Amino acid sequence: MSKKYDAGVKEYRDTYWTPDYVPLDTDLLACFKCTGQEGVPKEEVAAAVAAESSTGTWSTVWSELLTDLDFYKGRCYRIEDVPGDKEAFYAFIAYPLDLFEEGSITNVLTSLVGNVFGFKALRNLRLEDIRFPMAFIKTCMGPPNGIVVERDRMNKYGRPLLGCTIKPKLGLSGKNYGRVVYECLRGGLDFTKDDENINSQPFQRWQNRFEFVAEATNLAQQETGEKKGHYLNCTAATPEEMYERAEFAKELGQPIIMHDYITGGFTANTGLAKWCRKNGMLLHIHRAMHAVIDRHPKHGIHFRVLAKCLRLSGGDQLHTGTVVGKLEGDRQATLGFIDQLRESFVPEDRSRGNFFDQDWGSMGGVFAVASGGIHCWHMPALVAIFGDDSVLQFGGGTHGHPWGSAAGAAANRVALEACVKARNSGREIEREGKDILLEAAKHSPELAIALETWKEIKFEFDTVDKLDVN
Amino acid sequence: MPFKSTVGDYQTVATLETFGFLPPFTQDEIYDQIAYIIAQGWSPLVEHVHPSNSMATYWSYWKLPFFGEKDLGVIVNELESCHRAYPDHHVRLVGYDAYTQSQGSCFVVFEGR
Repeated sequence: MSKKYDAGVKEYRDTYWTPDYVPLDTDLLACFKCTGQEGVPKEEVAAAVAAESSTGTWSTVWSELLTDLDFYKGRCYRIEDVPGDKEAFYAFIAYPLDLFEEGSITNVLTSLVGNVFGFKALRNLRLEDIRFPMAFIKTCMGPPNGIVVERDRMNKYGRPLLGCTIKPKLGLSGKNYGRVVYECLRGGLDFTKDDENINSQPFQRWQNRFEFVAEATNLAQQETGEKKGHYLNCTAATPEEMYERAEFAKELGQPIIMHDYITGGFTANTGLAKWCRKNGMLLHIHRAMHAVIDRHPKHGIHFRVLAKCLRLSGGDQLHTGTVVGKLEGDRQATLGFIDQLRESFVPEDRSRGNFFDQDWGSMGGVFAVASGGIHCWHMPALVAIFGDDSVLQFGGGTHGHPWGSAAGAAANRVALEACVKARNSGREIEREGKDILLEAAKHSPELAIALETWKEIKFEFDTVDKLDVN
Repeated sequence: MPFKSTVGDYQTVATLETFGFLPPFTQDEIYDQIAYIIAQGWSPLVEHVHPSNSMATYWSYWKLPFFGEKDLGVIVNELESCHRAYPDHHVRLVGYDAYTQSQGSCFVVFEGR
């Protein structure tokens, strides 16, 4: 039946608050943590979020009647209290699939975290989780290779992979930089990494770096008999330069490149991921700028959403924090989003911060990368928390070894393998961690010295962003 | 007093991937790893190769993967039989995971010369 045009301002809840709505399997579902302005009813705030992130605008407009807006509108279908918080509440919103372009994470985020975040009726707004419907997931390519293929390409099985970032992160010439790569890889690491700040600066232009790094990885591979790689950072000022760098890495026979997906942007990332699939290259993903977006408990976007978006946009490894090192990260919440990176199905589990069942179908998995302020004493906890499908990266914990990077790398490799061996033998590696490391150090002077060097270092600050629990 | 450096010289070692940085496993330690493979529901698999070709993707299978084998003793015997038949080859034990089509575990038990 046709409707009549009635100009003016309606309350959002008349149209966008639909508590009887049963979400469809094809709907994209979102959970927002909302903090409204004083005196505005929850239903009105929640409906406003649904409206402003989908079809609504502040006034009724005549052109709405040219279409069936009920078919396209986002709907708030549930409101829940936030445990331990009297002001904020969760709003669950269902968006019809047709609001989004196929395969475009950029489009999803432009809608869901666009204008609505500046909306005056809200004091704070945080996107906690998105349930991507299978119908959308199937339009995304996802990781260029996935965990299984990466293991096959790199010949690494039955343990976490081991890496480190080259330090100092800025200021080395290409040749000196390649030296540090060589030292780490010959010492037993699987990967080294460009620091995210390294692009193509005056002290070290990208082409020069790529050439020296290729020589270093090839030499280390030849001498150790193991597969080696270095994440060559292709993040650049323009997509054209990004692809040029990726092409050169491939030309040099290198196995893996790197991109910074938030500063670089989702469009660039998705494009580069597709290039990697086509060209048989692995893709390591850095996440600079994430803490600006995800650290405030009441405003922004939770990292689990950014992690899900990366899996869809494409990447074979993603930084997730370490839980135990120098950077922010709650253990349960971290376990929750590393599941989203690696599993084919993740059930709703509020104790891990997962608000929805999420079916990933046949999409490949992403290695979780733990990096930042970790050293060999952390190894038992890291292996226990992250499991085998992870890359553990020790920067200071490699180069800071009194004998240099090669010995530091060997110390970490011994510690890692000792923990994996102990775990497989049924030992409780977190509880027995100290014994396991000290036993291993009897056969490795490199590890013995590393354990002595870092015995006092702890990073025990409380996390700022915690899960909402009573 | 003569100067004495405390810095050691780290020499590059050729290794064979996982567990390459640990001392050779004892019989009991190998048993533990086989028990782990079986407990995970993976199929034990024995592979071997001449050391000159150790970086090849495909090593030769020893017989076929031991699908569904739950007896530790059988696997130990197969590892030893393979080693006797190819004394100069590397022999490795794989925990093959048919669900992921990957290897949940993989390490060299006997190093060839």
